[in-house]
Amino acid sequence: MSAITLKVNGRSHTLDLDPTTPLLYALTDDLALRGPKFGCGLGQCGACTVIVNGQTVRSCNKPVSGFAGADITTLEGIGTMDKPHPLQKAFIEEQAAQCGFCLSAAILTAKVFLDKKPKPTEPEIQQAMSRILCRCFTSLRMLRAISRASKEIAR
Amino acid sequence: MSKLAEVHATSALTADALAALRRAGFSRRSFLKGTGALIVTFSMESMLGSSLAQGQEAFEGATPAVELDSWIAIGADGSVTAYTGKAEIGQGISTAQTQLVAEELCVPFSRVNLIACDTAKTPDQGVTSGSQSHPTNFNQGNLALAGATARQALLEMGAKQLGVPVEQLTAADGEIRVKSDASKKASYGQLIGGKKFNLTLDKNAKRKPASEWTVLGTAARRPDMPAMVTGQFEFAHNVRLPGMLHGRVVRPPAVGATVMSVDEGSVEGMPGLVKVVVKKNFVGVVAEKPWQATQAAKKLSVNWSPGAGLPNHDNFYEYLRNQKSTRDTLLVNSKDVEQKLGEAATVLKATYYHPYQMHGSMGSSCAVADVQGDKAILYSPTQAVWHQRSAAAMLLGLKPENVQVIFRRGSGCYGLNGADAVTYDAALLSQAVGKPVRVQLTRQEEMAWENYGFPYVMDERAGLDAQGNIIAWDHESWSAVLGNRPGYNTPGNVITGYLAGFPPEPFRPRSPAPEPTAFNNNSNGVPSYVAGNVGGMARGTGTVKSERALTHNIASPFWTGPLRSPARLQNTFAHESFMDELAAHAKADPVEFRLRHLSHPRMIGVVKAAAVKANWAPRPSPQSGMRRTGTVTGRGIACVAYEGGNGYAALVAEVEVNQDTGNVSVKRLVVSNDSGPISNPDGLRNQAEGGALQGTSRALMEEVTWDNEKVTSIDWKTYHSLPVGFDLPTIDVELLNRPDEPAAGAGETSITVVAAAIGNAICDATGARIRQIPFTPERVKAALASRT
Repeated sequence: MSAITLKVNGRSHTLDLDPTTPLLYALTDDLALRGPKFGCGLGQCGACTVIVNGQTVRSCNKPVSGFAGADITTLEGIGTMDKPHPLQKAFIEEQAAQCGFCLSAAILTAKVFLDKKPKPTEPEIQQAMSRILCRCFTSLRMLRAISRASKEIAR
Repeated sequence: MSKLAEVHATSALTADALAALRRAGFSRRSFLKGTGALIVTFSMESMLGSSLAQGQEAFEGATPAVELDSWIAIGADGSVTAYTGKAEIGQGISTAQTQLVAEELCVPFSRVNLIACDTAKTPDQGVTSGSQSHPTNFNQGNLALAGATARQALLEMGAKQLGVPVEQLTAADGEIRVKSDASKKASYGQLIGGKKFNLTLDKNAKRKPASEWTVLGTAARRPDMPAMVTGQFEFAHNVRLPGMLHGRVVRPPAVGATVMSVDEGSVEGMPGLVKVVVKKNFVGVVAEKPWQATQAAKKLSVNWSPGAGLPNHDNFYEYLRNQKSTRDTLLVNSKDVEQKLGEAATVLKATYYHPYQMHGSMGSSCAVADVQGDKAILYSPTQAVWHQRSAAAMLLGLKPENVQVIFRRGSGCYGLNGADAVTYDAALLSQAVGKPVRVQLTRQEEMAWENYGFPYVMDERAGLDAQGNIIAWDHESWSAVLGNRPGYNTPGNVITGYLAGFPPEPFRPRSPAPEPTAFNNNSNGVPSYVAGNVGGMARGTGTVKSERALTHNIASPFWTGPLRSPARLQNTFAHESFMDELAAHAKADPVEFRLRHLSHPRMIGVVKAAAVKANWAPRPSPQSGMRRTGTVTGRGIACVAYEGGNGYAALVAEVEVNQDTGNVSVKRLVVSNDSGPISNPDGLRNQAEGGALQGTSRALMEEVTWDNEKVTSIDWKTYHSLPVGFDLPTIDVELLNRPDEPAAGAGETSITVVAAAIGNAICDATGARIRQIPFTPERVKAALASRT
């Protein structure tokens, strides 16, 4: 066990952890966050996606020791029910979920993409979302929501 | 009853309501038993959940479904709480049920709080499965009838209070009003607030006609969506109890392997380790933190016996067809099929193959159990809380009345995924340590041991007359089964129960099959185009009178169970592919050929609607003059009466086939859907779209694989799923609203017809017929190469 300080959604937390603990476990177990999810533990599906220093990171298979002091944002960190992020708002507008388990993957992957490319084409959105899974296959609604959010953000 | 148990039992209520209940000294259970006050209010809080540790209370049997108070409670503030036994598993049914209650009770959507699937609170409605929630709760019974009965009762109470006959009253916005003088009124809170109705459901209670709907039938938004998109929603995975520990399981390395010995010394002294648990062949570890449990499970040395060995994957379909011990079922048998085939101008035969496929839920399954002494509380993503209560009680050696099962949503399930098994895992581990334990499976454990969708070999044979009309149809199939949903008393139907020493339901060979005495569509084993004549009644959807449908089940080496459109999808793939083969031989347009052999107006309706929406140009298929190289395009159609009549769909697929690579790209899917009256058009559309794409993924890439001892499709590199942003088709959905028909199934219609429609489109484009799922590039290339 060793002490590590994680900066998550703007707040610092000092945790006493086995440094090999995957970041996801620290977020969902020690910090009781509900956004990032354990999907595969292999970095394949995206359910555990968080944003670290502006890049998406699949947190399920990366040791927490690599994230000391980094700026970590989870699905909770980009907006709230009262003040949703334009992407969260657009997902509600398009009703772009079924079970909702993959939303960290969909929304945070889209956020990092739109931050870099504010006015994407539809094929570019598809390309950006080509490495995440949704087993309810709400895919088309998600792509529409991202497109809607990009227009909202550009306005 | 302890305070903790009381809080447990009411954990889906708001903080205010909880406080009020506690002040009044009542739980939901004691409210139903007595006559006391129940004060409930609604806020987003119930979406977010709150889960607390257990106390000590006996939980009794299901609330009686005939009692109105089992379904609906009205608070002093006029808020409405409804109790349902149909769970939200991502399909949107909570929203539709909330609309239903709001509609029948004439209150705004936002005033209804729906509580689903908690054995301490809600009626026993069996399993949330089989596209049964819409028919069960939206027709003249159960939740819908409760709403209608309550409105009628409120009108009668209003008549008494206002001194005006019921005929002169109306219900609106939570009030009973005098039609001629809106100032004369009584609110629901005044009439019944906090008190019991003490009524049984009235079979004759008048439902609101669809023409008067203002809430039902609208695209009400899902109330869980804001919490989901902001990471606030409580899944089973997010349940946290005070003092909760973390468990991991150790599954056998090979199918059929059993525990010889467990070396607990191999994990001795590992940080946080609480206990190694062994019960027959069930092995697990409990630790203080999940990562500690994961590491301990990995390190634990277990000596397993060799596995039982598996049939060769490469010729599994031959194995399936040739097993001697079978359970045979005749669905229809006009007994003149051989004779008619003998008289036919042409007889066509074809065999179709469908692999084991998996639910492959996005999140591996997870549950939290709190088993202390002779009491258990299980937070489970099961589709059947009441079944699980009894089956888990058997597993734990407890009385069912001492087990409470509280549904918490898991990752989208699509049927019997690992939800029941992981709840048993958590229960066994919690029992061993006497503390709450959370278990989440690894991806490999989920995928290697879930109850897969059935594999199938299907023979089709039909005769055409000289005019190209079908005069006889013979269908014979071979499938494999092991285990099932656990039901009330078969925990061994899923892996954990089996490992802990409970047998799965026995395989009961039966051959030959008895003659059918009543029509049974049996998961679309009966083709849509036959008359379905059994016992003097034609119950099929088609015109072909000479008919036989015979199925054989064999014992499966792998666990099986319902996977979205179980058996219906597989059978429909064969029937609808073969229908195109027949149409091609008759040189008929596939739409016209279907319409020629259908008798059921709703089937005819969906076929025509899909064809119109897709701008279907009538012509025979395969198209003439196609190129044999490069990329070509084609279109195909398929249709289904789900389970013979619980929802109808047709789908047109437009595909592009790269004949050099064998790659199939689905460009457009046009779905027509008829599920009776539309309760929520956007929710229905979401289901139709999701089903169409999941069907595409299953048709193009999904297949369980194994070597000679174990499953080898154990992650997303070895079991393939269509990603969110990858080469997706556009999808057009045409919803047919049938307000005068009964509510029918809606979640499994579109998925059922995708594979056949895509296969028909591939054949239309290339002339190559592919009779085996999935349509991988290798398989497509092989089919292209074998064209004459």
